[in-house]
Amino acid sequence: MSESSAALLQSRSSSARELIAFAVGKQEFCIDVMAVREIRGWTPATVLPHSQSYVRGVINLRGAVLPIMDLAVRLGFPPAEAMGRHVIIVVQVGSQVVGLLVDAVSDILTVTASEILPPPDVASDMAKHFVCGLLAMEGRMLSILSVDSVLPEREGTEVQ
Amino acid sequence: MAGNEMDSLRQIFFQECEEQLAELESGLLEIEGGGEDPEIVNAVFRAVHSIKGGAGAFALDELVRFAHVFETVLDEVRKGRLDPAGAVVEVLLRSADVLADLVRVARDGGSVDAERIRTGTEELASLSGTPVATGDLAEEDSVEDLGFTPVAVAFPTFDDIAAELPTEPEPTVFEYTVTFKPHASLYASANEPAVLLRELGRLGEMTVSCDTSSVPALSEIDPEGSYLAWMIELKTTQSEDDVRAVFEFVDGDCDLTITANNGAAPPVEDADFEALLRSIREAPVDVAAAADEPAIAEAVIADVSVTAPEFPVAVPDFAAKPDSAKSESKPDKAEKGDKSASGEAAQQTIRVDLDRVDRLMNLVGELVINQAMLSQRLGEAGLARSAEFATGLDEFEQLTRDIQEGVMAIRAQPVKSVFQRMPRLVREVAAATHKKVRLVTEGEGTEVDKTVIERLADPLTHMIRNAIDHGLEKPEDRIAAGKREEGLVKLSASHRSGRIVIDIADDGAGINRPRVRAIAEEKGLIPANAQLTDDEVDNLIFLPGFSTASTISDISGRGVGMDVVKRSIQALGGRVSITSRPGHGSTFTLSLPLTLAVLYGMVVTVADQTLVVPLTSIIETLKPKPGDIHGFGGEARVIALRNNFIPLVDVGRELGYRNHSTDPGAGVALLVESDGGAQSALLVDGIQGQRQVVIKSLEANYGRVPGIAAATILGDGRVALIVDVDAVVAGSRNGGNPESVLALAG
Amino acid sequence: MSKTILTVDDSRTMREMLLLALEDAGYHVLQAEDGIKGLEVLQDKRADVIITDINMPRLDGFGFIEHVRRDTSHRAVPILVLTTESDAEKKSRARSAGATGWIVKPFHPVKLVDAIRRVSG
Repeated sequence: MSESSAALLQSRSSSARELIAFAVGKQEFCIDVMAVREIRGWTPATVLPHSQSYVRGVINLRGAVLPIMDLAVRLGFPPAEAMGRHVIIVVQVGSQVVGLLVDAVSDILTVTASEILPPPDVASDMAKHFVCGLLAMEGRMLSILSVDSVLPEREGTEVQ
Repeated sequence: MAGNEMDSLRQIFFQECEEQLAELESGLLEIEGGGEDPEIVNAVFRAVHSIKGGAGAFALDELVRFAHVFETVLDEVRKGRLDPAGAVVEVLLRSADVLADLVRVARDGGSVDAERIRTGTEELASLSGTPVATGDLAEEDSVEDLGFTPVAVAFPTFDDIAAELPTEPEPTVFEYTVTFKPHASLYASANEPAVLLRELGRLGEMTVSCDTSSVPALSEIDPEGSYLAWMIELKTTQSEDDVRAVFEFVDGDCDLTITANNGAAPPVEDADFEALLRSIREAPVDVAAAADEPAIAEAVIADVSVTAPEFPVAVPDFAAKPDSAKSESKPDKAEKGDKSASGEAAQQTIRVDLDRVDRLMNLVGELVINQAMLSQRLGEAGLARSAEFATGLDEFEQLTRDIQEGVMAIRAQPVKSVFQRMPRLVREVAAATHKKVRLVTEGEGTEVDKTVIERLADPLTHMIRNAIDHGLEKPEDRIAAGKREEGLVKLSASHRSGRIVIDIADDGAGINRPRVRAIAEEKGLIPANAQLTDDEVDNLIFLPGFSTASTISDISGRGVGMDVVKRSIQALGGRVSITSRPGHGSTFTLSLPLTLAVLYGMVVTVADQTLVVPLTSIIETLKPKPGDIHGFGGEARVIALRNNFIPLVDVGRELGYRNHSTDPGAGVALLVESDGGAQSALLVDGIQGQRQVVIKSLEANYGRVPGIAAATILGDGRVALIVDVDAVVAGSRNGGNPESVLALAG
Repeated sequence: MSKTILTVDDSRTMREMLLLALEDAGYHVLQAEDGIKGLEVLQDKRADVIITDINMPRLDGFGFIEHVRRDTSHRAVPILVLTTESDAEKKSRARSAGATGWIVKPFHPVKLVDAIRRVSG
């Protein structure tokens, strides 16, 4: 597709958002497709010393060092097991590229702002910190995650 | 297809069946035990579905029939319409056993009790909301499934088919008018009108006219829109259904009319058989037609090879003269019009976007990694020692290294650009402190990576200020001490064993050790009356929290101390040390890597992790003997080495890979020199080898990791971490992990 | 140069069957065992036609097609859905995900090659 047609397509659908849906444990989540760079299978990660429990380690993504966040742990579920069956969603926020470990990826949803419900006012930390909206689709409930919030807090920024 | 291919396919199928049956059983047991993960139900469904699919291909009808009923029930469970609780899961487990028996019978021969199958089928049928009429289903399925028999996997030869063909009378030719107007959705699903028209053309003779009347003005064209329509006159012996079949995939994505212009359509059955024959005949033709493509590909390659030689011409020039950033190079297109007149004799330069150089640098990094991977794979395959491979590999490695050096040379710049800023700084500081200072610089032509130079300016500025402010005495004191009134600050750069070394020397009073001690004690950095060598006292000035605005003058103060200098040098993979002689002056020495792109490292194993220790920090490796190790209070241990006791640092424990110290006798110790020349022994589990590694930033996508300097990618494609030796040693000194060092700094 | 076909199917039997039929017909074949692997293959390689199963772990056929259609470098690649389900609902879901056509399992090799030709010339 040419640049111009891409731009055209974009402007045409500016009111709609595209979201990638995926499963973590028994729940379904989605994130904005614009943040997603690619999707790939799990490969064993190199453990980072003294890292947060949700940081699985780093893997080689075509020559770049990609940190992997275990989204299950990040969202307060038990850690993921059986790694071969898992999926890494590579997301980019600003200049930072991070892999999110999830159970399975499913479809790409096109939604309009009016379909997105505000997150409920429940006490769970997950809802407060990470979920920025809810989506009801064919009897499914999907939580929309704000990608920025699930990324690790950058460490060592005090050093020049 | 040959019989043995068929056999191996069967073998694969039955192997897979075993895997799927195991998956099925373990999944069902998990469900029985209360497992609620939807992925388990999916996996169970897929297992049965897969068995059914394969069985269909081998015309294993009995298996297909049972699997189909089973699958229908599992689909209900999958869709949440059937709760797999209690009795239901028992039926499912029993059905899994029946399925397993059917698979084994299909493989080994024999038979399964017909009654068991019938009961099993009925049991399953009673579970699904819609009662399964087993008889009908079986009918329907087997008809479908027989469409593909094992024998048919092979393409029958033309002769086979021709022999089976009944001799037919001259076929009737029909004429159709086809109108075809694609919708935009047709293009969105990657269907292509041209392909469809070509397919249509295969059916007979056709004339095509294209209707362009709905194409709007250029400015109004929607690139994703659809504006063309076609009208086709087709003469063919095929039936209307065959013509329509061409458009099967685009049904609903286009306006399509097919009108027969004469006579009745031929009987469908005959035409089907013929269409089949034709498609068989034409399949190889199709592939042959595609054989035109290489010609195009070659033409493209030929184009490339004409321009390619220009590139190697330019690069060796850099490689040949790495000492000069102004290497000669052939006039380049990019430079045209820039310097063309004076270009003849003078050294020519081109301005290149730094991004391009960095991109090249990254690619070379990839090349180095790839080369390492290739050597490793050849080694694993036992080929690395064969003469041809060994020579080839050596040459490849040499070339890779040459290219790497060439690219690094492009980024290299003389330190002059930083040194040049210092005279003015010296004048300003001298004026502000009322001191007389002479600055001498040496080795300004020494080259180092541009990034290193850029990040050198701040620490250097700070150290020169420090040398004048604290190092040099006041003029009257100098005269009293019998020195020249004018103090000397010497800034020099040189290359030493693959690193750049920068000395900042003054001929002042040297470190005032009693005062440094007093400050350190006062600030609680050392215990009162600690036993310290002169060296250790001198190095106290690098401790975080040592210098503050209240203890030093405005000039060197500015809120930053030597600890910040030290850390910014460390961030560049460098070291800073100090030597001082009371009354004669002090020398600060910076040792930095020539590039931030690669380092030579020792690859070691620690607690099943692969780590890289920079070779520059390692003095020697030793195998500790049990008798050399001595406890030293708590978990601390030292190793006896040539009448010296050296702290033993358990890397695995320091980095948190394990909670307890490992047995030193089972590992290897790396004798390292850290800050200020203090020696430590790093205990690792084993050494894998030495190699050059490409440095990859961890901070770009993650952040700083305590005790880790950076990362790299090894020959096996996995990420390995590069140890920050100073931080690990410092961490062990603080009795905790390296984080405590950072905590102090904060 | 022969055309490259990417086959995505979690059943090894089906992958092998496709491999034999397609190689016999002169195609070059790439294989992937689920949607995720399929996307990984497409990161480095190009395919002239993609044949994909629907029921797969990690990322099913529908999702796989949607993801491929979003990728500017592969959005014009014809995708054939390979599935035992010939029911209209699956077909129409596949179509709205962006599938170009379909092949009903169990397939006859000739029909397979036919379908490929109908979407890629």
